[in-house]
Amino acid sequence: MADPAALAERARELAGDAGRLAHGLQALAYQLAAQSPAATGPAGGVPFVYELTVFVLAVFVGYHVVWRVTPALHSPLMSVTNAISSVIIVGALIAAGPAGISFAKVMGFVAVALASVNIFGGFIVTQRMLQMFQRKK
Amino acid sequence: MSQNLAAFFYLIASVCFILALRGLSSPRTARVGNFYGIAGMVIAVVTTLLTPHVVSYWLIIAGIVVGGAVGTYIALNIQMTALPQLVAAFHSLVGLAAVCVAAAAFTAPQDFGIGVPAAIERASLVEMSLGMAIGAITFTGSVVAFSKLQGLVSGRPLMFPGQHYLNAGLGALLVVLIAVVVATGAGAVFWLLLLLSLALGFLLIVPIGGADMPVVISMLNSYSGWAACGIGFTLSNSLLIVTGALVGSSGAILSYIMCKGMNRSIVNVILGGFGAEGGTVVAGGADAGDRSVRSGSAEDAAFILKNAGSVVIVPGYGMAVAQAQHALREMADLLKKEGVAVRYAIHPVAGRMPGHMNVLLAEANVPYDEVFELDEINRDFPSTDVAFVIGANDVTNPAAKTDPNSPIYGMPILDVERAKTVLFVKRSMASGYAGVENELFYRNNTMMLFGDAKKMCEEIVKAME
Repeated sequence: MADPAALAERARELAGDAGRLAHGLQALAYQLAAQSPAATGPAGGVPFVYELTVFVLAVFVGYHVVWRVTPALHSPLMSVTNAISSVIIVGALIAAGPAGISFAKVMGFVAVALASVNIFGGFIVTQRMLQMFQRKK
Repeated sequence: MSQNLAAFFYLIASVCFILALRGLSSPRTARVGNFYGIAGMVIAVVTTLLTPHVVSYWLIIAGIVVGGAVGTYIALNIQMTALPQLVAAFHSLVGLAAVCVAAAAFTAPQDFGIGVPAAIERASLVEMSLGMAIGAITFTGSVVAFSKLQGLVSGRPLMFPGQHYLNAGLGALLVVLIAVVVATGAGAVFWLLLLLSLALGFLLIVPIGGADMPVVISMLNSYSGWAACGIGFTLSNSLLIVTGALVGSSGAILSYIMCKGMNRSIVNVILGGFGAEGGTVVAGGADAGDRSVRSGSAEDAAFILKNAGSVVIVPGYGMAVAQAQHALREMADLLKKEGVAVRYAIHPVAGRMPGHMNVLLAEANVPYDEVFELDEINRDFPSTDVAFVIGANDVTNPAAKTDPNSPIYGMPILDVERAKTVLFVKRSMASGYAGVENELFYRNNTMMLFGDAKKMCEEIVKAME
């Protein structure tokens, strides 16, 4: 059977291998980290769970803010939420943004136009409504 | 603009949107809130235009100019009574915009940084398909709601055998198709998904009757938010996710409030068919046939109103249809001059959208501190001399409290029956939306004023002068 000296030698070799492997792994990780920003566009490299966190917290904020809205203003609430949901124009702008012309760009243009109708229309109608609410003179 | 800086400005825009909703907690702060909303939108658009992904501006500027001009024109010229259909139409645009963005992202994923065509990241495919499906449902659903509210099609629910099974089957099929799209990334399946979503949106709203529209509009409001959320996840854009969630939860809460106002579950409303009976009146009692109704003229009403100490006005959809709000306010002004205390009582589901009556009264310059919600004013009816019900019916029907067999049983109502005298302005004896007869019409302390709501108010004003 193997003598203790040989065993110790073998263990030292293995430890060295492990160290080199760890080193290589770290280098790879750095390389990956350096490459990923280049590979991502507007979508970025955000992990899904972060987006989910933002989403869930926003639902809670929405819940609490909306319950405080006075029932008399439920119509303006509806038209203002309609206007701000047109923030989808952000996606439309990215689609319509690239140079040249393509199907996606036309879709982007249509979406920009539709969302603009909503943004201008929604905020102006809300403003018209809110101007009418006045106190007893 | 670097990605970090852009994210920072998106955060500011999100906060602006939250403040916009927060402002609506009182009419005093609401206008400032609206400006926060506008500021948030400007920040969001400018920030996006300054990111490196947008290099060509001409098409974008054309879109904003055309869309902005159309939107501005419509918003400045719309009648306040047409507000519900306007909001429905606007919802459809958000839905369609979401569909367009999803289609763009599917065909040119490289622009959005989510892969290359035919090899889009799985997670992005899920979010994109969901966003598109919800957007498509919002689009066709809102178009149907708009047509019903605008009177282009009948407001009656349209039912056919197997409808609910068809809708459920279609819904299940959509889920399967989304799974297939995610697994294969096949273009054909993606477009099929779009077509079926459009069909489902149409089929979902068709069976829902006109007076359930407050719930439908709130629901579509909510959907348009969730669609924006889906696109936000696709683009990993926190602004879209936050805004979508705000709008989504706002619409959901409004739907809940509207359902509670009718004591019905959201499922019951969505399944539709309510008010299908139309003309057939469910008799309130066995002797319904030979009970007599006391009807009066504008002069009688003017006399009663003038001699009252306190009057509570209960407006309903009939007032909106007749555009009677201005004439009504004139009448109230004359009464106030005579020293009569005038207040308004509003049921949560009066009209065709949440808060519809409040806006119409505000348009007629009724101060908002004279307008009260159901729970604020209901206990005051016993000490009220005259309840003046104009264009409302079901929301005052005591059968909601007394008759367990009535379709509206359990619905919270305005207790006008407790007032000393009840004046009902109505075009005819026809039943209300729920198809239920209102036994209040036959009470001794009730006087019916038959006629158009606006004309009746004008005649009462003349008689009082």
